[in-house]
Amino acid sequence: MPAVVRGALNLAALALAVIVLVALPDLVEVFDLMQITLFAAMGVLALSLGFIWGFGGILSFGQTAFFGIGGYTYAVAAINLGDSTGAIALAICVPAIVAGMIGYFAFYGRISDVYLGVITLTVTLILFDAVNSTAGDEYRIGKAALGGFNGMPSVPTFNLPGDPSTVLDPTQGWYATGGALIVVYGLLRLILGSRFGRIAVAVRENEVRASLLGYDPRIIRLAVFVIGGAIAGLGGALYTNWGAFVSPTIFSLSLSAEIIIWITVGGLGTLIGPVIGCFLIQYLTSQIGSQQTFNSNLILGAILIAFVLLLPKGLIPTLRDLVMKAARALPRRGTAIEASEKLVGAK
Amino acid sequence: MADTAIPCAEGPIRSMELAIIIALDVLNGAASLVLLCLGLAVIFGMMRIINLAHGEFVMLGAYATVISANAGVNIWIAMLVVAPVFVGIVGIIVERCLIRFLYGRLVDTMLATWGLSLFIIGLVTTVYGNTIKGVPTPLGGFSIGAYRSSYYTLFLVAMALLLLALIYAVLRYTRFGLISRATMQNPGMAAALGISPSRVYMATFGIGAAITGLAGGLLAPVSGVVPTMGAAYVAKAFITVVGGGSAIIAGTASASMLFGFINQIGAYFTTPVFGEVTLFLSAIILIRLLPQGISGRFFKRNL
Amino acid sequence: MAEPVPLLRTKNLTMRFGGVVASNNVDFTLGEVELRCLIGPNGAGKSTFFKMLTGQLVPSSGTIAFRGRPIAGAASHEIARLGIGIKTQVPNVFNGLPVRENIWLAARRRNTPTQTKRLVDEVLHKIRLTERANELVGYLSHGQRQWVEIGTVLAGEPELILLDEPAAGMTDEETVRTAEIIREINTTRALIVVEHDMQFIKMIAKTVTVFHQGQILMEDTIDVVMRDQRVRDVYLGKRIAA
Repeated sequence: MPAVVRGALNLAALALAVIVLVALPDLVEVFDLMQITLFAAMGVLALSLGFIWGFGGILSFGQTAFFGIGGYTYAVAAINLGDSTGAIALAICVPAIVAGMIGYFAFYGRISDVYLGVITLTVTLILFDAVNSTAGDEYRIGKAALGGFNGMPSVPTFNLPGDPSTVLDPTQGWYATGGALIVVYGLLRLILGSRFGRIAVAVRENEVRASLLGYDPRIIRLAVFVIGGAIAGLGGALYTNWGAFVSPTIFSLSLSAEIIIWITVGGLGTLIGPVIGCFLIQYLTSQIGSQQTFNSNLILGAILIAFVLLLPKGLIPTLRDLVMKAARALPRRGTAIEASEKLVGAK
Repeated sequence: MADTAIPCAEGPIRSMELAIIIALDVLNGAASLVLLCLGLAVIFGMMRIINLAHGEFVMLGAYATVISANAGVNIWIAMLVVAPVFVGIVGIIVERCLIRFLYGRLVDTMLATWGLSLFIIGLVTTVYGNTIKGVPTPLGGFSIGAYRSSYYTLFLVAMALLLLALIYAVLRYTRFGLISRATMQNPGMAAALGISPSRVYMATFGIGAAITGLAGGLLAPVSGVVPTMGAAYVAKAFITVVGGGSAIIAGTASASMLFGFINQIGAYFTTPVFGEVTLFLSAIILIRLLPQGISGRFFKRNL
Repeated sequence: MAEPVPLLRTKNLTMRFGGVVASNNVDFTLGEVELRCLIGPNGAGKSTFFKMLTGQLVPSSGTIAFRGRPIAGAASHEIARLGIGIKTQVPNVFNGLPVRENIWLAARRRNTPTQTKRLVDEVLHKIRLTERANELVGYLSHGQRQWVEIGTVLAGEPELILLDEPAAGMTDEETVRTAEIIREINTTRALIVVEHDMQFIKMIAKTVTVFHQGQILMEDTIDVVMRDQRVRDVYLGKRIAA
C-alpha cells in the first residue's frame, strides 16, 4: 500500500493507543487496572524477543535472563539510590552490557543459531541457581540484601523523576508502564524503518548475501541482541515496580517458555503479534488459574502444540492473510461485471 | 548417594579412601549423564530433532518404575522392562502424531516439543498430583574405610557402559543399525533402495525414547520423583549432547565424562548447585572453543 | 619499466578439504577492466576459486592480491568493501524481500539516500525489473532471480565482478540480454565469468582460462581453446598429460 496510507494508519493506531492509555483507569476497576499493568510490563518483554527473533532471526531461549537482570538491577539500585530514575536507567544499561558480552561471545565465535538458544537458556539457569542461593545477610549489594529464594521485598516503586518522595499511584503506574510499552513499540518501528533495521532483516534473510554486500553480520546481530537485552531489562524494571518485589522466579524456565508461546501464538515477524499473544495467554492463564479442573501447564502445552501444527504463522499474520484474501475477492468499485472481469484477468 | 563428609586428614589411608569415594562420585555423575544423554544423542544425532520433551520422557520412565514397583512389580523389572517399554511406546505415539508433521522445521519442532513437555507435566500433575511415593535404593551399601558408598552407584556405572556398548553394537554390526544410519544420511536414496524412511524415523525415535525411559527408571531410586523433575535434566542433557558433537557414542561418552567430572568436582568443593553452575559454564566455554563439539575435533567420523 | 600492479593475482593458491585438493597451486592474473571466462568440467575447482576470492573459504595455502593488497583469508564483508562483488552459483538473494529492497541494500552502503534512490532506479532499469520492483524475489522465475542477484552486485559498484554461471536457467532471450549487460559492465570494470554454455561464452569471451582438477590447464583466446585437443579430452573425461 502507498506510503502515505501506511503513514496515516500508523498515526491513527498511535492515537488509538494513547487514548486507551489515558482512558483505561476510568473504565476499569483498580484490581483489573493492576492486572493490565502487569500484562503491559510483560508486553515489553514480549516485544524484546519478538524483535530479536522475528526481525533479527535470533532465537534466544533465555530472554528472561535480561528481564531478571533488569528486575534485580532496578531493585538493588532503587534501594541504594533512593530515586527510581537512576534505577530505571541502570535497569536498561546493565542487561544491555551483559547482552553485549554474551552476544560478542556467541556471534564472534561462529556459534550456530541453535547453540545460541542453548547458551542463552543455560545463562538463565545459571542465574536462577546463583541468585536462588543468595539467602543470608552476607549477600548484599550496598544496602540491598539479595534475599536468595525469598526474593527482595519492599522494593521502592517508581517516583516522579527528580522527586523521590512522590511515589506513583496505581493509575500513574499504569501510565508509566502502558506508556513505556507504546514508546518501546514506536521506537522499534522506527528502528525497523531505519537503515540499520533494514540491514538487520537482510542479515536474517540471507547472511551470506548480506556479508557479500559488505555488511558485517556479527556486529549487526550483536546490536540487535543488545537492543533486545535493553528492552527486556526495562520490562524487568516495570515488573519489579508492579509488585514492589522481585525473586529468582523471574529467571524461571517456565517464564522463558511462556514468552516463546506468546510469540508463536501472536505471530512471529510482527511487532503487535507478540504483544497480543502476551496479553491473550496471560489473561487465559489467570482465568485457568482460578479454576481447579485443568492444570495450566496442560492447557498452555496443548495451545502451543495446536498453534504449531495448525496455525504456525500465529494469529496476527493469519488474520492479515485472511483479510488480504478477502480484500482481493471483494468487488472494489463499479459493477459486478467489472469486478469479475478483474478476477478473471488476475492470476 | 555416597557420603562425602569433609575429612579430618588422618593420614594417607584416609586420603586414599577419600580419593576412591570421589572417584566413585565422579563415575556416578558421568554414568548418570551418559544414561540421560544417550537417548537424546540417538534422536538428535541421527535425526537432528531437538526434542525439548526429553526431560519428560525421563520423568515418565521414573513414574512408570515407581508406580509399577509400588504396585508390586519386581523393582528390577519395573526399572529395566516397564520403564523403557512404556516410554518407547509413548515415543512412537509422539512421533506419529506430532513429530512426523514437522520434519525439516527445526524451530517448529522445538516449539511443539516444548508444548508437549508442558502438556505431559500438566497431565501427570493432574493425574498423580505434585508428589508420589518413591522407591528405595536397591542393593544396599558398602564401606571404604571410614566412608560409605552404595552398590547402586556401581550398578549405574555398569548399566551406562552396557548401554554404550549395546548401542554401538547395534549401530555398527546389525542390519537395523546400518539401515538407520543410511536413512539418516540420505533418506531419498534409502527409499530408492526399498527402505521406508518414515518407518525408520518412527523406530529410531521410539528407541531413543525407550533408552531415555530406561534412564528415568534407573534414576528413580536416587532422585526426587516429581512431575517437574525433567526440567533439571533437559538443559544438562542438551548441553552434553551439543558439547559431545555428532558422534553418538564417542561424543556422548567423552562429553559425559568431562562434564560429569567437572560437575562432581565443582559440587565437592562448593555446593551441588554451584557444581551444576560450573558444568554449565564449562559447557559454554567448550562450545565456544569447539563449535562442533568434542567429536567435531576428535573422534571424527566415528560412531 | 615498472610492471603495473594487476587487478588480481593469485600465487600457489591451494584449497584442501580433508584429503581432496579442490584447488592446486593456482597462479592466476587479471588486469584492470579485463574480461576473463573460466571454463572446465564440474568439479574442476572454479567455484572453489571464486569462494576463496570472496572470503567464503579460507585458502589452505597461497596468496591472493587485489591491486597488490593481500586478501586471502579475509572476511567476506571486508573483501566486498574493497570492491569485489560476486553472483554465486546457487543464487544468494533476499527471497523474502522485494526486488527494490534487494537492490537498495546493495546500493545504500556506499551512497547517500538520494544517490541510492537514483542508483536503484538505474539498476532496476538495467536488469529490466522496474515493473516488478515491489514483488518478493522468492516468487520470481529463476532467470529473473539471477538478474536480481546481478543487480545487487552492480549496485555495489565493485571494481571486480565475479559471475558464477550467470546464464543458468535463462531463456535464449534472457541469455542474450545477460551477454549485453556483461559487455556493458566491461567498459568500466573487470569481470570473471564461469559458464558451461559455450554459445554464451562465444558471445562475450576474449581470453579463456580452462580449469581441470583444481589446476589451470591452459589460458588463451576462445578460438584456440575450443580447438585444443586436450580441452576436448578433459570435457570428455579422458585422462590427459599434465
